[in-house]
Amino acid sequence: MNRQKINAFFARLPKNLVILLMVLIWVLPTFGLLITSLRPLQAIQSSGWWTVLNRPPGSQEYVQNCASCHGADGKLIAAADLTNPDLIKQFNRSVLLLASLKSEYKGQPHMGTQEIPSSQSAASIVVHLNDISGVQKQPRFTLSNYIDALVGYRGTRTYTEDCAAGTASTDLRCNLSDVLNPRGMGRAFVNSLLVTIPATFLPILLAALAGYAFAWLDFKGRMLLFAVLVGLQVVPLQMTMVPISRVYAQMGLNGTFLGVWLFHTGFGMPYAIYLMRNFLGTLPRDLFESAYLDGASHWTAFYRLAIPLALPAIASLGIFQFLWVWNDLLVALVFLGSTTPVVTYQIANMVSSLGAGWHLLTAAAFLSMLLPMLVFFSLQRYFVRGMLAGAVKG
Amino acid sequence: MAARPVPRIMQQGKLAPLYYLAPALIIMLFFIVYPMFNTIQLSFLNRNGTASVATTCVEGRPCWGVFENYRYALTAEFNTGSTKAFWDSFWLSSYGNTIKWIIFMVAGTVILGLLFAKLVDGIKNEALAKSILFMPMAISFVGAGVIWKFVYSYGTQQVQVGLLNAMITALGGKPISFLTAPVLNTYALIVVGIWIWTGFCMTILSSSLKSVPDEIIEAARVDGANEWNVFWKITLPIIMPTVIVVITTMVINVLKQFDIVYVMTGGNYNTDVIANRMYTEMYLNFNTGRGTAVAVVLVLAIIPFIYLNIRRFIAQEEMR
Repeated sequence: MNRQKINAFFARLPKNLVILLMVLIWVLPTFGLLITSLRPLQAIQSSGWWTVLNRPPGSQEYVQNCASCHGADGKLIAAADLTNPDLIKQFNRSVLLLASLKSEYKGQPHMGTQEIPSSQSAASIVVHLNDISGVQKQPRFTLSNYIDALVGYRGTRTYTEDCAAGTASTDLRCNLSDVLNPRGMGRAFVNSLLVTIPATFLPILLAALAGYAFAWLDFKGRMLLFAVLVGLQVVPLQMTMVPISRVYAQMGLNGTFLGVWLFHTGFGMPYAIYLMRNFLGTLPRDLFESAYLDGASHWTAFYRLAIPLALPAIASLGIFQFLWVWNDLLVALVFLGSTTPVVTYQIANMVSSLGAGWHLLTAAAFLSMLLPMLVFFSLQRYFVRGMLAGAVKG
Repeated sequence: MAARPVPRIMQQGKLAPLYYLAPALIIMLFFIVYPMFNTIQLSFLNRNGTASVATTCVEGRPCWGVFENYRYALTAEFNTGSTKAFWDSFWLSSYGNTIKWIIFMVAGTVILGLLFAKLVDGIKNEALAKSILFMPMAISFVGAGVIWKFVYSYGTQQVQVGLLNAMITALGGKPISFLTAPVLNTYALIVVGIWIWTGFCMTILSSSLKSVPDEIIEAARVDGANEWNVFWKITLPIIMPTVIVVITTMVINVLKQFDIVYVMTGGNYNTDVIANRMYTEMYLNFNTGRGTAVAVVLVLAIIPFIYLNIRRFIAQEEMR
């Protein structure tokens, strides 16, 4: 290696360290959530996600206390084969195990001259024995959290285990229909789609029309009206919700999809028109002139010329509006609530009612991020453009 | 505008613009304009919006007549016993917290965004590094809230499953309950806000950094300016207009910030902000008058920035 390269490396080092640190801070929290959502329930409660590649719980305690007689795999004493599930089932609590360790075995103290382990390490040993005997396997990764989150199962064991044992709660049928259980993420996912798709499509349609008028049609007060529109973009949701929920209550629209679609359309309008108008306004003037000379009406010019050319803007707008509605909590909270839970509502609800039910929360949060992440990584260019233009919306 | 010739396609029929505009205008009138005025009206009425709030005044208690809801919105959180008590309660109120949010979140996102934009400018994996920072913008505030609630997780027993508390205990410290310890918890929430919005600021600032002409910077270097001086005396003044746009945009966003607080603490433990308080008054305490009064206060705080936004728009129009 030549001297210059080494010098250049050290000159860049502080800069690269700062970049690395920031990237880590931005990646680790999400990464930790992903890992946690894939770990079994007991493991999440007893150790942090960064220990996932460590040796399984209890194996260290087992080696310390038991391996010298029973062997590393537990099979050394044939009469007391620790991989035999029937034997382990008799000692599958730390108290039971401790009692056995303290009692005598064939006239000798069970542990010989060794010290009896503490109750905490006994508990860890039980976990290990359950694992090697197959009484309760401790896989490193599992999808059971996702299943529990999809059906909204809130037991102390997993949905699959309780269904197999027949101890699941009565509102669950333990078949595929549970995916639509109102407490689950499956149902919320469907509801979110039902809310989001029309609430994306409708504003684009209306905004394309209005944006075209602002860009290429002449009328009195065009600039003034457009400036007012720019101001309206910033109006916070909080300023308009109360009167609308009162009107909705009278019309019976609270808790309906129609109510939310219309609200999102109304609120998405100023930004959507702003973006459409600015994009359509950059199209060359000659294009519209010659279309006119060829005898095209403004309507033909709109749907044969403006719309096809505006597709990039429509893509940005569509992605922005889609993610805005998908990620929205406040509107869903006020106008839909528990009757039609969407993903954000369902998660917020889980947070307040579950406290630290991390196995459910992490899986549910990841389910809600799936679609946005997909959109983000596949259509990043349009997404960034739409996001930058619409940053101050509602 | 008058100087530019209008294309003839713009002059077809007097009614044509109306067809295009009517649906959008009607829906905006109903969902934005009408509710705004109605909200102002409701803020002077009682909890059901049936009579003036002045009728709820009780003899011997402080009351501002028709402005009673505003008295509640503006003063209810404060302890007016003494100047010191007032000051202390102010900084734990939704107003004090909102000010903390504005100062620290705007400073945090803009400074970190600018720093990152400058550092990754021209490196090999620039696009990747930037998209990592931008990623939180795609996920919901609710999702980000869960992600960080887990980072902040506080174990009452030996085991710490939260990353931060695990690091603290590994270094021999005592675990901290980040979300329930007042003063600290608001800053813990602000960190989440910074984590979400830095990518946004970084992207805008990065494109403006790239638009600074290379010749100017080269000329300064030739004249013997070091990197530090080039940045402070040349680059920064050139991108200053963009920095100001980013700051005003962020202030508006911070003022409207509701989800993070709602999901992570629900506004408890002295973490309330104005945007969340409106929700509490309206949909948990069911008091229309107070809820709308808080909303009006929120909008009054935003109005200066609406003005800046329109002014920026006019400036853009003149450059077209």
